[in-house]
Parts: sequence; structure tokens; C-alpha cells
Amino acid sequence: MTDDRKLRVSKIRNGTVIDHIAGGQALNVLAILGIDGTSGESVSVAMNMPSDRLGKKDIVKVEGRELSQNEVDVLSLIAPAASINIVRDYEVVEKHRVERPEVVVGVLECPNHNCITTEDEPVESRFAVVDDGVRCEYCDTIIRNDLPAHILAD
Amino acid sequence: MRHDHIISAKQLTRADIEEVLDHAADIAEDPGAYADRHADTLLGMLFFEPSTRTKMSFTTAMKRLGGDIVDMGSVESSSVKKGESLADTVRVVEGYADALVLRHPMEGSSKMASEFVDVPLVNAGDGAGQHPTQTLLDLYTIRENAGFDDLTIGIMGDLKYGRTVHSLAHALTNVDAHQHFISPESLKLPRSVRYDLHQEGADVREHTELDDILPELDVLYVTRIQRERFPDESEYREVAGQYQIDGETLDVAKDDLTVMHPLPRVDEIAHEVDDTDHAKYFQQAHNGVPVRMALLDLLLGGESER
Ligand SMILES: [Zn+2]
Repeated sequence: MTDDRKLRVSKIRNGTVIDHIAGGQALNVLAILGIDGTSGESVSVAMNMPSDRLGKKDIVKVEGRELSQNEVDVLSLIAPAASINIVRDYEVVEKHRVERPEVVVGVLECPNHNCITTEDEPVESRFAVVDDGVRCEYCDTIIRNDLPAHILAD
Repeated sequence: MRHDHIISAKQLTRADIEEVLDHAADIAEDPGAYADRHADTLLGMLFFEPSTRTKMSFTTAMKRLGGDIVDMGSVESSSVKKGESLADTVRVVEGYADALVLRHPMEGSSKMASEFVDVPLVNAGDGAGQHPTQTLLDLYTIRENAGFDDLTIGIMGDLKYGRTVHSLAHALTNVDAHQHFISPESLKLPRSVRYDLHQEGADVREHTELDDILPELDVLYVTRIQRERFPDESEYREVAGQYQIDGETLDVAKDDLTVMHPLPRVDEIAHEVDDTDHAKYFQQAHNGVPVRMALLDLLLGGESER
């Protein structure tokens, strides 16, 4: 391996480093970000790394992409301890912990096919964040597991 | 009332509930005093699925307040058939009417519709979601017959799909009722309702047999177990039979037990019960008019007399 390639794995030039993801959740984080490798982004994933805080943690580094607040909001639901580092020109310019939002808007699709938000109406989905999941503010359906499966396609 | 729209029983505080019920009681006592209260007021009726009773009840309420209705008519003959969105439909009808009543087959439809209009909107049933005016008339009937103090109520039948049950359960939490839910295992309260009741600290117990709890009840609220919920007829027969009440069933009940049903009934309550002092389901249906008059009056800016 050349030095250049080592560098690419350990440091990114511009983009986002998501650290302190609970061990084993990295692939779900990628799903939330809509990253499946087809759009050409350069992504590194480290799974089940030793961590003082979490026992085991995952790390995801995405080159050339800064996360939107919506993405961070949903991320917080499966990776509540995550920290987000925005990198520009190899420097961490912003560092923040995710915070569980009170609502997530326009990000998840309601699994209730009889919910008005799944129709062709000029309304965005709205989910309130509850103790153990999220809840549709229109039809009350609760999603506990499998959040990434309900992320709306762009 | 500080609400612009009536979407869910969950939004109603105990004070809201009592304001509507007190006002309904005043109206029921002297309906003539309210006959010109809302002359020139037009109520827009948007019924996207048939519901003769609820529609008649709202129509009667508006006319008894001196107003009138404008009716979208059946979905078959309207622009909805041509693919117009609900959001567009309500924005158009808002221009004709002073308030809107919406019945729609999809959950969350009233909440969404209310976000597009400035006139008051009342949810008259959204799919398996909410039916808050039914809840208010149920509460009115309960208060009239059994009071709210230290109330023990049994709610029996299809608790899974019955939206009237879900709304009522939320509201009963506000009056600190002891709630007993009686149903077949397959038709228990849905998770989201149990979640709310738990969050609100409600006193709730679940049963599969009515006998276990009947002697303690002040009110028994019966709902229909719907045949179409069962994959085969024999399974339905077996379950439904267990949840029918007749004169003999009620032998062990308190003398002043109030039996309620949102109607229509099929065979959950034998006709012989109709002639007993327990039967309050027709009174319950009639209460829909003063309760809806009270609600419309408050939403349209009327003042409660108390
Ligand atoms: Zn929904």
C-alpha cells in the first residue's frame, strides 16, 4: 500500500467523519445517508473498533459531502452517541454531537399505507420522536425498529 | 374553547370536554333559545365515504342553530373522482362555507386538511384514526348517566380497529376513569393506543371474558365485531358469540349499569335489553345533536353561558 492510499483511509480532505456510532450500526448509517456505493463517493467504514465510551464503535468517513440537518436528525435516532466532524481541507472545522430532535420532517415514509401522507397530497411526512422510536403525527403509527427501511427516496 | 379545529380527542383537555358538555346540556334544556344563533352560517359537508348518521346529525345540529349546509355530494359525482387532491378540495370549499366537517377514509386526513384552511374544521372520522365528536357525545351520555367521579367503565368488542374506542380511551384518561378493555386476543387495543394510555398513566386492564369484570362496571360500552376482520366465517362465529349480551348476561351487573353502543349494532346486544333501564344507546345517538350544536357554536365563536 502506498502512503497516498493509507492517507485516504485515515484522513479525508473535505467531507464528514461520523464517529462514535454504536458497534454494528455503520451500514444503517450509510443507508440513512443513501450511500450504496453507486454514486461514486469515496467512503471508508471501520466497524467494531475498541472504544472507551461505547465498548465497540463504528466510524464512517464520507469524502466530499457535508450532512444536512435532516440527515443528522435521523442519524441521531439510530446513533444517539455519534459525533459529527465536518472536515475542510483536512481540518476539522466543526464538531458536534447529534441531538435527538423532537420531530423529523420529510425524511421517513409512513409505513401505514392508509396514511394521508402516503398519498399524492402537498404534505411532508412528520414524525414525532418518542422514547423508543418515532411516531407519525398524522396517523399515530409508531416505527420502532428498522428506521433505515422507511427513509424516503430522494 | 381555544381550538381552531377539532381533529382528535387527544387534543381535548378535561376543561375543553366539560365546556362542550356543559354547553350541550344548556342547549338540550332549551333548544329554542339557540334557534337563530347562527342564521346565515353555512357548514361545508365533505363526506368522502358514506356515513348517513353522522352526516344527518351534523346537518340537524347546524339547522337547529339556524344555519344551513352546503354538501359536496357523493365522491362519485365530484371533482375528487377526477383526481383532485384533498388539500385542493378543502381550499375550494373553504370559500363557500364558514366551517367544514370532513369524513375521509384515510388516517390523518383531517389533520392535513386543517393545515390548508382558516375556517374551523371538524374531523367526522378519518379511516381507523379518530372520531372526536363521537367521543364527546359518548362522554355526554356517560356523564349524564354515571357521572365522571370514580367511574369504572368496560369497553368491549373490536378494540383494534374501532376508532370510537381509541378516542374514547384517550378522553377517559382525562377524567381518571378506571378502564377495562374486553376483547378477543386478536382484537386487542393497538400498540399505539396502549402506548399513549401508558404514557398518560391511565388505569387500564385488559380481559378476554366479560364475566371477570361485569359486576364492577358502572358503564359497559359495546362495539361491533366486524365479520370482515376474520379470514373465515366459523372463526368469526366463535369469537362474536362470546361477546353478545342479553338479559341473562346482565343479571350479575349493577342495577344502574349503563349500556352504550355507538350503533349500528348487529347482534352484540339482544333486543330484550332495549326495554331495560340499562339501555342508553338510542339516547346516546340522540345526544349527538346537542353535543354537535354545542361544539359548532363554540367553534363559530359562541360564548358558553357558564
Ligand atoms: Zn402516518
